[in-house]
Formats: sequence, C-alpha cells, structure tokens
Amino acid sequence: MTVLDSRIPDGPLETKWEDHKFSMKLVNPNNKRKFDIIIVGTGLAGASAAATLGELGYRVKVFTFHDSARRAHSIAAQGGINAAKNYHGDGDSVFRLFYDTVKGGDYRSREANVYRLAEVSNNIIDQCVAQGVPFAREYGGLLDNRSFGGAQVSRTFYARGQTGQQLLLGAYQALSRQVKAGTVELVTNAEMLELVVVDGKAAGIITRDLVTGRIERHSAHATVLGTGGYSNAYYLSTNAMTCNVTAAWRAHRKGAYFANPSFTQIHPTAIPSSDEFQSKLTLMSESLRNDGRIWVPNDPDESRAPGDIPESDRDYYLERKYPSFGNLAPRDISSRAAKVVVDEGKGVGPLKNGVYLDFADAIQRLGKDAVADKYGNLFEMYERITGENPYEVPMRIYPALHYTMGGLWVDYHLQTTIPGLFAIGEANFSDHGANRLGASALMQGLADGYFVLPYTIGDYLAPMLGQSKVDTSASEFAEAEAAVTGQIDKWLGQKGTRSVDWYHRELGKIMWDYCGMERTQQGLEKALSEIPALKEEFDTNVRVLGSADTINSSLEKVGRVADFFELGELMCRDALVREESCGGHFRAEHQTEDGEALRDDDNFAHVTAWEWTGDASNPNEHREQLEFDAVQLSTRSYK
Amino acid sequence: MNLTLRVWRQAGPDAPGRFETYQAADISPDSSFLEMLDLVNEGLIEQGEEPIEFMHDCREGICGTCGIMINGQAHGPASQTATCQLHMRTFSDGDELVLEPWRASGFPVLKDLVVDRSAFDHIVEAGGYVTVDTGSAPDANLIPIPKDTADLAMDAAACIGCGACVAACPNGAAQLFTSAKIAHLNSLPQGQAERYQRTESMVDVMEEYFGSCTNMGECEAACPKGISIDFIAMMNKDYRKAKFQNRRSA
Amino acid sequence: MATKVSDGPGAATRRAPFVVELYRSALGKKYVMAITGIVFMGYVLAHMLGNLKLYQGAEEFNEYAEFLRQLLYPILPESATLNILRLVLLLSLVGHVVAAAQLTAMNRKARPERYQGKRDYVVADFAARTMRWTGVIVLLFLVYHLADLTWGWVNPAPEGASVYDKVIASFSVPAISAFYLAANLALGVHLYHGVWSLFQSMGWNNRRFNHWRRTLAIGFTVVVVGGNLSFPIAVLTGIID
Ligand SMILES: Cc1cc2nc3c(=O)[nH]c(=O)nc-3n(C[C@H](O)[C@H](O)[C@H](O)COP(=O)(O)OP(=O)(O)OC[C@H]3O[C@@H](n4cnc5c(N)ncnc54)[C@H](O)[C@@H]3O)c2cc1C
Ligand code: HEM
Ligand code: HEM
Ligand code: SF4
Ligand code: F3S
Ligand code: FES
Repeated sequence: MTVLDSRIPDGPLETKWEDHKFSMKLVNPNNKRKFDIIIVGTGLAGASAAATLGELGYRVKVFTFHDSARRAHSIAAQGGINAAKNYHGDGDSVFRLFYDTVKGGDYRSREANVYRLAEVSNNIIDQCVAQGVPFAREYGGLLDNRSFGGAQVSRTFYARGQTGQQLLLGAYQALSRQVKAGTVELVTNAEMLELVVVDGKAAGIITRDLVTGRIERHSAHATVLGTGGYSNAYYLSTNAMTCNVTAAWRAHRKGAYFANPSFTQIHPTAIPSSDEFQSKLTLMSESLRNDGRIWVPNDPDESRAPGDIPESDRDYYLERKYPSFGNLAPRDISSRAAKVVVDEGKGVGPLKNGVYLDFADAIQRLGKDAVADKYGNLFEMYERITGENPYEVPMRIYPALHYTMGGLWVDYHLQTTIPGLFAIGEANFSDHGANRLGASALMQGLADGYFVLPYTIGDYLAPMLGQSKVDTSASEFAEAEAAVTGQIDKWLGQKGTRSVDWYHRELGKIMWDYCGMERTQQGLEKALSEIPALKEEFDTNVRVLGSADTINSSLEKVGRVADFFELGELMCRDALVREESCGGHFRAEHQTEDGEALRDDDNFAHVTAWEWTGDASNPNEHREQLEFDAVQLSTRSYK
Repeated sequence: MNLTLRVWRQAGPDAPGRFETYQAADISPDSSFLEMLDLVNEGLIEQGEEPIEFMHDCREGICGTCGIMINGQAHGPASQTATCQLHMRTFSDGDELVLEPWRASGFPVLKDLVVDRSAFDHIVEAGGYVTVDTGSAPDANLIPIPKDTADLAMDAAACIGCGACVAACPNGAAQLFTSAKIAHLNSLPQGQAERYQRTESMVDVMEEYFGSCTNMGECEAACPKGISIDFIAMMNKDYRKAKFQNRRSA
Repeated sequence: MATKVSDGPGAATRRAPFVVELYRSALGKKYVMAITGIVFMGYVLAHMLGNLKLYQGAEEFNEYAEFLRQLLYPILPESATLNILRLVLLLSLVGHVVAAAQLTAMNRKARPERYQGKRDYVVADFAARTMRWTGVIVLLFLVYHLADLTWGWVNPAPEGASVYDKVIASFSVPAISAFYLAANLALGVHLYHGVWSLFQSMGWNNRRFNHWRRTLAIGFTVVVVGGNLSFPIAVLTGIID
C-alpha cells in the first residue's frame, strides 16, 4: 500500500485555488500551439475542456464515439445545476455549497477539491448565460432558482426539464466555434480502445472508427478522459445505452488507479420497469419531489385504486421518518427507504415494484396549470412511457442506478496516477465522496472542463516546451494497436452461442442483487465468485456476428461488457473491504438501530484507489487519507 | 402482440439495399419500439443472422440519436414522440410495420437504418454559437431577459438534432433545424452581436446540403420536440436583413 | 461526411449587389416566388373584378377594355400604362417560373433516393405537394388564354370581333369552358397554399395573427376562383349571352 500524493496546495481553504493558480507554471500564449492535447469525450466535461483549451491556443483533438458531439450522455440531465450565487438572499454562499457537498458526500470527499468546485460554480453560470443557455427566468427578467435534491437553499439553475441538454449545447456550440476556427479537430464515431503509455507517461490513444472499422493511432503531449460514468455495469440504469467504462478501464489497466469503484448512486425517482426485457430505465426529474408526496398503502394486500385509498390507510414514509426534509431527503436515504417499503411487500403497480409519487395535493394547492407549468413535460413523458396520466393517477417510481461517484483517481490537478493522463467529469472520482447531491454533477463536469483543467494542464505542459510528442510509429503504439486488433479478431473468430446483451443482463443482475442498494459481506463474496465464472463463459461463448470493417454494434458492445466484468469484480471487492456504511454504499452489517448508515471515520475516512496487477481478481489496494479541517465530521441526520 | 416488420437492410454506404421481412413475436404492449427491435435482434443473433443496425442512445427522447421512418412517418405515428419514446401500445396486434432510414442527400445511409447526420454539425459550426471565451463573461444577472423572451428561446433551443424534420420534409429541407438554432440565439440579447453574420452563414451552409422549403409543415408535425415553423419565418426575415446588413458592412 | 447538394451561395466569394446576393440563395429565390406571387395575386384579383363587367353586358365590358388602354392617358401615350403593367407581369412570370424551376431542381437533388415504402403525410396537403403541377397547369392555361382572348389566334369568333364577343364565343364551346374551369380550379389549389405560404417566405410572422393566414388564403382563393368560375358557367347557362 503506497500513500497517494493528492498535491493539495497549502494555505487556507478559501485561498488555496487562487494562490495555487498563481504558483502554477504557465505556458506562454505563443507556445500553446506547440502542444497537442487529446480529449476523449464530448460531454459537459470533455466539450467544455476542448473548447476552452482550443480558445487558449492549444492544438486539441477531441474524440467521441457518438455521431455528433452533442449526443453525449450529459444531454439527458433534467433537473438543474447548482451554484452559490445566492441570488435569492436565502443564505447561500460558497462555503455553504462546499459544506453541503462534503456533508452530502458523507465525508468521503476531498475538502480542497470541493471548495474549489463551489468557488467556480458561479463562473459557470455566468459563462453559460453569456453563451445563450436559456435558463428559466422570473417575470422580472432575472434568473430563477429552485431548491433541489435536499438542499435547504434555492441554488439550482434550470432550463425547463432540459438543463443538461442546454448546458451541453452551450458547450457543444463553444466547441463548434473552435472547430470552425481550426484550433480543435473533432473526431466523431471514434471509440478509444487503448491508452498508450511511453516511459510511464501518457503518450496517446488507439481508436476504432465505428463506421469504417479503421484502427488509428493518435499521439499528444497530454491526454484527457471525460468519458463519463459506469452505471451501466448494472445493465439497467438511467444512463444512456452506450455509456461505458472502457476508456477509463483501459487506462486503469495501463496504470491509472481506480478510486472508490463501489460508490454508486441510486436515484430515487425512476419509472419502475414494466417487464424483464426492459433495457433502459427512465428517470423522472428529482425536482418532482419538491411538490409530489411519496407514499405507499399501509396494507401490503391493498387492492383499491390509489385515489380510493383514504389518508388513514397511506404511509407517507419519508415525511414520517424524516420530518424536517420529508420528501426531499437525500437520494441515498430516500432510495433505501423505498426499498424498505417495497421489500415489506407494500410496493405498488402491477409488479409491485414501485411507490407512489402523488401530485393530488399540489394540484389542489397550486392549481393544475401551475403544476403543468412546472412539470408539464415530465408528466407527458411519464404518460408516454406508462400510458397513465399523472394528473389523475399518482406516478409510480422506484430507485435506479444513476451515477457513479467512483472513477479514476486524480490529484488536485485532475491528473491520474499516469503522468500526462487527466480525468474530468464523471470519469474521475473527485468531488462527490460517497454520495452526490442533485444538480452537482453538471456543476462538476463544467467546473473541471471550463475552469480547472485549463489551468492545471498548463502546469504539466510548461516544462515540456520543446519536446515533441511521441511518434505514432513507436513500438508502444504498435503494441497497443496489436492488442486492440487481436481482441477484435478473437471476438469475431469464436463460435459462441449467446448474445452480448444476454451476458450483460446476467452481470447486471449479479451487480444489482449483491452490489446495489444494500450490500452484505456474504452477498459480495457470492458476487466475487459468480462474476469470474460468468466472465469465463463469456470469454469463450459470446457470439459476435458480422465483420470489423463496418458498423457492428455487437462488436462495440462486447468490448465494453468485457470491461464491465472486470470493473464489476473490482466494485464488489471495493464494497467488501469498506467495512462501513457511507452515502450510497450501505453495508447491512453497519447500520444504526433505526436502519441508518453507520460510518466508521476512524478506519475508513480514506479513498480506496486500486491498482491493476494483471489479474482482475487480485488488485492492489492503495489509500488516500482524507483530512477534514473546515468541516466537522458529524453523523448525517435528515430527521 | 405479434407484428410483421419490413426492414430496410443495406450492408454499407454504397451497397444496394432492400426490404427484408421479419416477425416480431410476443411483444409486450408496454415495451418501447426500440426494445421490440432489441428483441428481434436477439432472435436474429440466435439464428446466426446479423442484427439490424439502428441508431439510439438515451432512449428517453433527448439525445436525438434515434430516428426511423416508420410506416412512412418520421419517428412513427405518435405526435411529438421520438422513435425511442414510441411504445408498442400505439400499434395493434398483427400490424405490418415498414422501417426505413432517413433519406436525404445530406444524410447518406451508412448501414441498415443508420445515416450520417454530420451536416447538422457543419451548420452549427457555421455560426450556431455566441462568441464568448471562457472566463470572460459578466455576472449572469447583469442582463435581465424578459420571461417571454427566455421562454421563446427555450422553445427553439429544445431541438434535439434528430433530423426528423429533414426526413419528413418532401423537399429534404433542413429549415426547421436551422431556424430553431438561429431563433434560439437571435432572440436573446447575448446573440445580437453576431445575429446577421450567424444567420447568413448558417443558412448558406444549410443550403449546401439540403433542399429548400415550400412551407409544407411536415417537419413541424414530425418533430419530436414540437418545434414551430414560425421559426422558419423568423429565419427568412433575418436572412433578408442579414444580406442587406452584411452587404452594407462589407 | 454528408453529401453536398450544391456548393451553396457561400461558395461565391465576390460580393454582388444585395438583390443578386439574395437571389443566389434558395431563401432569396423564395422571396422572388413570394413577391411575384403577390403581384399575381393582385393581378388575378383585379382581373376577376374587371371581368365582372361581363354581367353588365357587351357595351360596358368593351368600354372597360378600352378604358384599360387609356389608363393614365394623356399623361402617358395610349396603352403605355397597360404595357408597363404587362411588362411587370411578364417579368414576374419569368421570375416566378425560373425560381420555381431552380428550387425544384435543388429539391430533387436533396433527395435523389426516394422513400421505398409508402409515405404517410401528416399535414402536407394536396395543394402544398402539387404546387409545381398546378403552377404548370396555370402556365399552360395562360398561353392558351392569351392566344384565345388577347391575340385571338385560337378564338372561335370571327376576325375583328369585340373582346366581349370573343369571350362569349369561347365559353359557348363546352370543351373550352371545361378547360377554363379546370385551369381555374388548379389556380385555386395553387392559391390556397401559395397565399398562406408567402407569409412564411416573406418572414411575416406574428404569433397573434398567424392563425388568420389560412383564413385569408381560403377567402382570397374563394373570391378569385369563385368569380372566374362563374363566367364560363354563366355563358353556358345563358345568363350572359
Ligand atoms: C438521466 C440522468 C439525469 C441527470 N440529471 C442530472 C441533473 O439534473 N443534475 C446534475 O448535476 N447531474 C445530473 N445527472 C448526472 C450528469 O448528467 C452526468 O454525471 C454528467 O453529465 C456526466 O458528464 P461527463 O461529461 O462526465 O460525461 P458524459 O456526458 O457521459 O460524456 C461522455 C463522453 O465520452 C465519450 N466516450 C466515452 N467513452 C469513450 C470512448 N471509449 N471513446 C470515445 N469516446 C468516449 C462519449 O461519447 C461522450 O461524449 C444526470 C444523469 C442521468 C443519467
Ligand atoms: C397567376 C398565376 C400564379 C399565381 C397567382 C401564383 C401565386 C403564387 C404564390 C402566392 C405563391 C407563394 C409564394 C411563396 O410561398 O413564397 C406561389 C408559389 C409557387 N408558384 Fe405560383 N403563382 C402563379 C403561377 C405560377 C406558375 C405559372 C408556376 C409554375 C410554372 C408557379 C409555380 C409555383 C411554385 C412551384 C411555387 C412554390 C411553392 C410554394 O411556395 O409552396 N406558379 N405562387
Ligand atoms: C374565367 C376567367 C377569365 C376570364 C373570363 C378572362 C378574360 C380575359 C379577357 C377577356 C382578356 C382580354 C382582355 C383584353 O384583351 O382587353 C384577358 C386577358 C388576360 N387574362 Fe384573363 N380571364 C380569365 C382568367 C384569367 C386567369 C386565371 C389568368 C391568370 C392566370 C388570366 C390572365 C390574363 C392575362 C395575363 C391577360 C392578358 C392581359 C393583357 O396583357 O392584355 N386570365 N382575360
Ligand atoms: S427541429 Fe425537431 S425534427 Fe428537426 S432536428 Fe430538431 S428536434 Fe429533430
Ligand atoms: S416540411 Fe419542408 S417544406 Fe418547409 S415547412 Fe418543413 S421544411
Ligand atoms: S435514443 Fe435519444 S432521442 Fe431517441
């Protein structure tokens, strides 16, 4: 076990970032064009970084496997983005946002990073508004805010139910401007399949063109991964179908440590699945919890229609258990509470796999029009999917895998353990600890891309002035390419019998059952024996048809699922060694008498970062101890 | 429910294509259209046939990746619904469904139901942005924007770039997509400085790839986000003004 | 990489006068379609109203024909105003038809490979989809119409007959009347979409008034085509003789 150097600058929390920006090395404006930077991913993190680095004058090459930069998964975020603007004078401040985020993350995140995040949050809003992001406005013409996901101040900016879309389009447009200006080269339909490391430093990547199948080598002075999260390890999640861990995982296999992989977030308000074959769960924005009331019938055998169940026979369990937060209790708490009642047999809907989210009171209080104004498009979406009208029948919701706090370990500079390889956005583990607050992922993605990485990457590059990037004819590139083509040939060459999706579904079931909302030692150990067995079968029996020189979605998927297998194992191992409950990680063995998470700060106030050893079942564990100076560790109480 | 699918299969951009007939058996009415295709594909793989390639990602109607011509309608028969949001309860047991890719010069077919929509990106690159370098922005509340204006901009900005407008337009015109982006930025104070430059450049690039509008309104009907053709009129006006202004300033 | 339909107006780098530049783009051509369309609307409306004089008998009608030739006389020479108007109409026609042809060519290129399955249109009505054909029918009609009543080449009436007599002579032949009726129906279909459409093309858009566009298109079409249709019918039924 080695001690990881997080390179947190000295000095008071409030001025760390300012001071550090001054002390970091700069690349002279005329020299920036002498540096090549590869960015993988065009989500909020990747697109904002690419646009900004392009503006600064670096030569940027940005890759996405989507057919357009605008399709990254960030587009799907509905609810909003936080910032400490305190436009409503309700007592918000940078410190409060920082404090809430550390506390919300159950004290498993790095103070310095979180403070910096809160600090730049305001610049993000300014930047986005200037780009033309049409945030919601009040009648006076000023920006509107709402309170979101358990925050006690109104600090969430939103654009209808399409905040992620509008923010991503803003970043995509900024990126498009640089593409036109020629500072950024955008490569679409290109999937990164290997990281190339030369002399211990990131030297470039290997990509496959998903349309032509062409394998290409790209080299640069620095490589940045903004490749998103890995919720799809569970097969069913609210993430888009193509979200995967491949880029981060291949980097991990080349030496980048993977931190806190078991820290996953379950979102309380997804639409329950309607049958076994469902491939994707749809999220209903958490903002619905602002006005909807969550309940289940008292009686597991209740057979009346929801509207006919009298108040006395309903259990508004969140309001009952957490009177001060009620329906707005944080995600992990409300998710687990839903699991408890459904496990008690009180679930609603045909499969008894949901709880009610009821707007009857809100409609009575505010009027149907006001409710429609706020949530109209969400209600429509719900009706389209379920065929039920939420103005009349309460919605049914159930928790679903949604976000992964874990990711590549990065230091204060967002650099991984491989020099020259940076990770931003959901792909890194940085700011959310064991649980992410609503509307903070968009904030983090844009903070990393617009306001943090552009500074820290300069500090890495400055001393390299005059060095040319590694030539793509280097033997390391050839080896990496051979590994990729070898893998592809193997998948296509073998005569398997089962589809990639079948294996993915099976893996997902294991993950959800044993490494989901509630984890036990026994379950995790079971998973750790089942996953490698299934993987072994997968390796020889998966069927991939077609050829490599054309669009072949099975071929794309098979590599991603292979990585999910290895990651899944690591997630379970991580969950197993973390003998405490914190945030989204709930170990049944560690709970208070009333069933709340029981942290163990003496033994687990650290980040676990895993090193690849070549054997997926035998990784090396490293730790970064977390120091808390500004906040007092306390037991989260949302009572 | 059981359905018969006639699906356009085409091996590559230059390969000839044709309809193939498949059966979709035991489909739950609650499943989505793409889940139905997933099932058909699993069946094909089992039989050793290459699965049908189609575009999709978010499956919640926001990424704009999906898009199939279903029974002669872009995104199928349900209004304001992207293909991925279409549910099988829209159809009846025994229906025959014809599935074709978007067809337009600007959207060449790559394989089966997959087309290349990069032309849309080129239209945006031509000016679909506000020039503002990172870090140079003033405080967000410095310019109040009337709620109506912000709402109008949002109506236009809701476009997901799916290309159904082009697919549905009898002329293969991309007017709705282009005008939506132009209207989004041109109606906001932040977009004024580049208003005419933007309009002219974007329209010019649009016309390199797509047909011209004869105001058929089919695009609006197919659009999963209900983008209004009023924006096309706004674009036409701004374009005329742009030609005039830009000539004067040149 | 998507396939280009044309090199686009942007390809021409040298800057020409505003109107030329505008016309280079498809949007500009639509302005030409719309403006010339408005000229035609004015003409067909006025022409229909003038032709109502047919109901007042030969004398009145012939006087009206003469009046047209005396317009603004003696400020301008005889028939000068009429000729200027003719010139405007002719130029408009050339503009309208040439722009229509160019746009049609562009649209063909924008979808070289048609849908192989059946299309199911939601709102694009018959009128909108057949503008090119109703336009061509009107054009063919126009040629015949001029040969018939203006130049008299194909008119059944004897040489030197008055305008009124020529009209009666033509419309008394059922086949000619039928052709007039058909052509005017085509014009109606063309106008039904065209009058609505030109507001979009001209960028005349106001959410408060937009719903009136359809009403206006229907009203205008009914008045013009209704009037025009009445003439052959009136002759055939003997209301005018
Ligand atoms: C349904 C939903 C709603 C959400 N709502 C909110 C919300 O309201 N507020 C909030 O703050 N957060 C929300 N989140 C979370 C937030 O959207 C994400 O965490 C965030 O957008 C991630 O951004 P990203 O840039 O890190 O990655 P992504 O947006 O996922 O982008 C990843 C990019 O990497 C590319 N990529 C990945 N792998 C490769 C590879 N191997 N090769 C090439 N390219 C690759 C992809 O093409 C894509 O461009 C929501 C998430 C979901 C699922
Ligand atoms: C008296 C005769 C005519 C009248 C009153 C007339 C009127 C109009 C009007 C008002 C428009 C709408 C313009 C716009 O949308 O901007 C239009 C469009 C059009 N006209 Fe005509 N037109 C006439 C003759 C013709 C002829 C002779 C042709 C062709 C040969 C023609 C072909 C078209 C076409 C193709 C359009 C474009 C379709 C569209 O915008 O939807 N028209 N016409
Ligand atoms: C049934 C209806 C119509 C009748 C009875 C009618 C009648 C006439 C008559 C009598 C003339 C000759 C006028 C003269 O020489 O003084 C004329 C000319 C003309 N008509 Fe019509 N017309 C009809 C419909 C139309 C339509 C629909 C159009 C256009 C699309 C049209 C276009 C013209 C034109 C362009 C001229 C030549 C005008 C000139 O330059 O002298 N007419 N019409
Ligand atoms: S305008 Fe509508 S149909 Fe066209 S790309 Fe945008 S969302 Fe799709
Ligand atoms: S359908 Fe086509 S013709 Fe115009 S109004 Fe829409 S682009
Ligand atoms: S798959 Fe994203 S819009 Fe349909």
